[in-house]
Amino acid sequence: MLLKNTLRAATALSLLAASGAIADTLTIATVNNGDMIRMQGLTDDFTAKTGHTVEWVTLEENVLRQRVTTDITTKGGAFDIMTIGMYETPIWGKNGWLVPLNDLSADYNAADILPAMSGGLSYDGTLYAAPFYGESSMIMYRTDLMEKAGLEMPEAPTWTFIREAAAAMTDRDNEINGICLRGKAGWGEGGAFITAMSNSFGARWFDMDWNAQFDTKPWKDTLEFYSGMMNESGPAGYATNGFNENLSLFQQGKCGMWIDATVAASFVTNPKDSTVADSVGFALAPDNGLGKRSNWLWAWALGIPAGTQKEAAAKQFIEWATSTSYIELVAANEGWANVPPGARTSLYENPNYMDVPFAKMTLDSILSADPNNSTVEPSPYVGIQFAAIPEFAGIATDVSQEFAAAYAGQQSIDEALAKAQAITNDAMEAAGYR
Amino acid sequence: MARAVTTQRKTLNTLIAWSIGFVIFFPILWTILTSFKTEAQAINDPPLFLFFDWTLENYAVVQERSNYMRFLWNSIFLAGGSTLLGIIIAVPAAWSMAFVPSNRTKDILMWMLSTKMLPAVGVLYPIYIGFVKLGLLDSRLGLMIILMLINLPIIIWMLYTYFKEIPGEILEAARMDGASLKDEILYVLTPMAIPGIASTVLLNVILAWNEAFWTLNLTAAKAAPLTAFIASYSSPEGLFFAKLSAASTMAIAPILILGWFSQKQLVRGLTFGAVK
Amino acid sequence: MATQHSRSVARFMLAPAVILLLGWMLVPLTATLIFSFKKYLPLRGGDLGWVGFDNYVRFVSSSAFWPSVMATLTIIGSVLVITIILGIVLALLLDQPMWGQGIVRILVIAPFFVMPTVSALVWKNMFMDPINGILAHLWKFFGAAPVEWLTQASMQSIVMIVSWQWLPFATLILLTSVQSLDREQLEAAEMDGAPWISRFWHLILPHLARAITIVLLIQTIFLLSVFAEIFVTTGGAFGTKTLTYLIFQRVLESQNIGLGSAGGVYAIILANIVAIFLMRAVGKNLDS
Repeated sequence: MLLKNTLRAATALSLLAASGAIADTLTIATVNNGDMIRMQGLTDDFTAKTGHTVEWVTLEENVLRQRVTTDITTKGGAFDIMTIGMYETPIWGKNGWLVPLNDLSADYNAADILPAMSGGLSYDGTLYAAPFYGESSMIMYRTDLMEKAGLEMPEAPTWTFIREAAAAMTDRDNEINGICLRGKAGWGEGGAFITAMSNSFGARWFDMDWNAQFDTKPWKDTLEFYSGMMNESGPAGYATNGFNENLSLFQQGKCGMWIDATVAASFVTNPKDSTVADSVGFALAPDNGLGKRSNWLWAWALGIPAGTQKEAAAKQFIEWATSTSYIELVAANEGWANVPPGARTSLYENPNYMDVPFAKMTLDSILSADPNNSTVEPSPYVGIQFAAIPEFAGIATDVSQEFAAAYAGQQSIDEALAKAQAITNDAMEAAGYR
Repeated sequence: MARAVTTQRKTLNTLIAWSIGFVIFFPILWTILTSFKTEAQAINDPPLFLFFDWTLENYAVVQERSNYMRFLWNSIFLAGGSTLLGIIIAVPAAWSMAFVPSNRTKDILMWMLSTKMLPAVGVLYPIYIGFVKLGLLDSRLGLMIILMLINLPIIIWMLYTYFKEIPGEILEAARMDGASLKDEILYVLTPMAIPGIASTVLLNVILAWNEAFWTLNLTAAKAAPLTAFIASYSSPEGLFFAKLSAASTMAIAPILILGWFSQKQLVRGLTFGAVK
Repeated sequence: MATQHSRSVARFMLAPAVILLLGWMLVPLTATLIFSFKKYLPLRGGDLGWVGFDNYVRFVSSSAFWPSVMATLTIIGSVLVITIILGIVLALLLDQPMWGQGIVRILVIAPFFVMPTVSALVWKNMFMDPINGILAHLWKFFGAAPVEWLTQASMQSIVMIVSWQWLPFATLILLTSVQSLDREQLEAAEMDGAPWISRFWHLILPHLARAITIVLLIQTIFLLSVFAEIFVTTGGAFGTKTLTYLIFQRVLESQNIGLGSAGGVYAIILANIVAIFLMRAVGKNLDS
């Protein structure tokens, strides 16, 4: 231990001497997800290597979003690095609020970032945030329950199969719900899921003239299928379940299937937290035979607000946190299954990592997601589970609230869709699209 | 004329009151109990009440992950500082309204209270920009001033109602004896108003401690109090009831303990002039 | 009685508080008013010019507006009724002779010390969760199907959480009032054979009127801005979107400062209507 510290100190000193830089204290806003909390625990390694120290501001996702958005739009400068997603990055980059990351060091090897990720985190070909981890969505299912139901999960199932399998796996007496899905209001929660799902049903948010499309049949089909399936085989109160609630249910063994973020795979297969760690299988998110799957694409990425005094140190941090050596550091400490996934091509060429049961399916899911071409019929927007326009978050939150009320039986699907249509068109008109 | 209360009646009262007290307190008790369970025990079916392996592991995790002492210190500083500042400004104001009332006094009081009705989120942007310009963002001083302003109307009103109950004759007698205004406030008024001031302080410490909009939105790392500490434990990934309970217990324990020790004071003083 | 001199001293002493609060009112109010007449979209370049009453029209004509006003009034009304009725019951009970009065009092006032965010999190996850919540276990124990609180009874759930937080405050204020009741008068009435209900109606309730007024006034001010309880539990879905929450969505989710500011002006108007209504109903109780 002592030796290790001495070594660290020595490295730190030599690095300091080499760069001649002064030590900065970086304030970093991040979300309280497992991978970020792990990163906090490893900050000492960064300090040892660069001499800079870090102050963490760790917040729940919704609070984080409102906090960093307020700060960036007012040029508040409260943070040196912000954790943002694929939705915010291109919009903020376009506004010139983020420091371009096109001059990262050669060691960092920016070309190694998965093209799907760097594409979604760029505006006009310039990278504005570096992916800490990336995700798509896929099916996680209980192999034991699937077997018990006498079924076999295909690698690329259809929604019809999923609905049948869910009904077959449901065992209300033993509190097993065939399928757990997000229903919670919020554009990043239930809104993201239903939008991704609707793509496979041939729906889209807008036609090429930015008219809302909630009055079309594919949307009605999507919602009817979703709520029908969830009422048959979903958990009680699913209209308030988000990622976290479903993860908790799955880990407790109360779900037969769960379609959600690929990063969840490492949580549900971790025997420390999950009671079903040994019997989880993976499959691609379902489709409906229309050529689009219902998986999304997302990355949690680190960006530097323009105007920070500590740009150099902030870049050093980003290079540290999103590098391959950080991945190796986590692998050495916690095992390969717990490294931040979905950001780098080289990770998926690493045989150690490809032994992890969900590695291949995660990569396949990410590779099958195309934000530039997400809907069956052409749409004017980029993004799969969102449309990358500034108005989307507000509109989709309202719309997802109407949907959640329909899931809870407080209004009919037709009512919810009619309201969604009116809300969306109204907001788009106000924003000057129509 | 005091009527002897039968033991039977007293027993019944005790029984009913304790049951109700237990029900009202139960959510807090349950949170505290859950904080000593493992995550798996926290969601056990049936729920485990007392017989589980008590563990401090959640507290250790929370302590390791966040610098609790700094959040705690910021909370103490903000709640204490804003209340102190508020009292300093409110005492003279309340004194003047109570002892030299004009026909506008009541209107002024109501107007002051009405400043609390402006929805905070509507003015987040202007205030935020102002804070950035003044360099007050993420500073305890800036937040202390905001919290003081938010609670000032309540402080003034509470003090006003206490001061009003102090009979004017006493002050006049003191004045006859040649007491100056300063003496009057320091040696006559203040001692009589101590219980009132004490409960005003307590109420405002509680309100400032629990304020969660400005304390969350105007801070980053340096000035963030316990409300921000909680925001890093609400719905993280995976099972979280036990860790959330531990964090919640740590966030509310100081103010709960303060409240318990001072509850007599609070009960005595929290009248807002309701008692004639 | 008051001399000219003491009047000017008094004014001098009142000045700092008035000036501060005037500033605290005027600066944000002016900003809100200015923004409300502008197209102000931070994500689209900020200030895009004056738009007259567009924001006001748009805010009112949105399908969410009237339901949000109703939700606000429902929460305020229900919580006031619940806390005042239960508060009176508890205050009368706590005034009775019993063992361990101090401890019971502590138990009853404890919820007041809990941060709104914490209480919302605890209620949502540990009590109202239809699968792992205590209430679900309780229902199952008695052979009933667990209630999906936040979806099936969303408004009631939020009213319950908020009432739990504010009941201690109402109880405390009412208790101090109950303790100042004229015992001899009460006992005389009892001797005269006045039934309990008439003693309560004619002696106790009039005495409590002032305390009830205070509870009404203070709680209303705080209930107008209930936020964390909704943010954490339903996220504004299931008919629980209050005016404050709607403004929050417009400002922070939609990033439409102009529209949100117009909403802020409506919220101020609503608050003032409520305040005037309260003053009418209650103002005379405050004169002594």
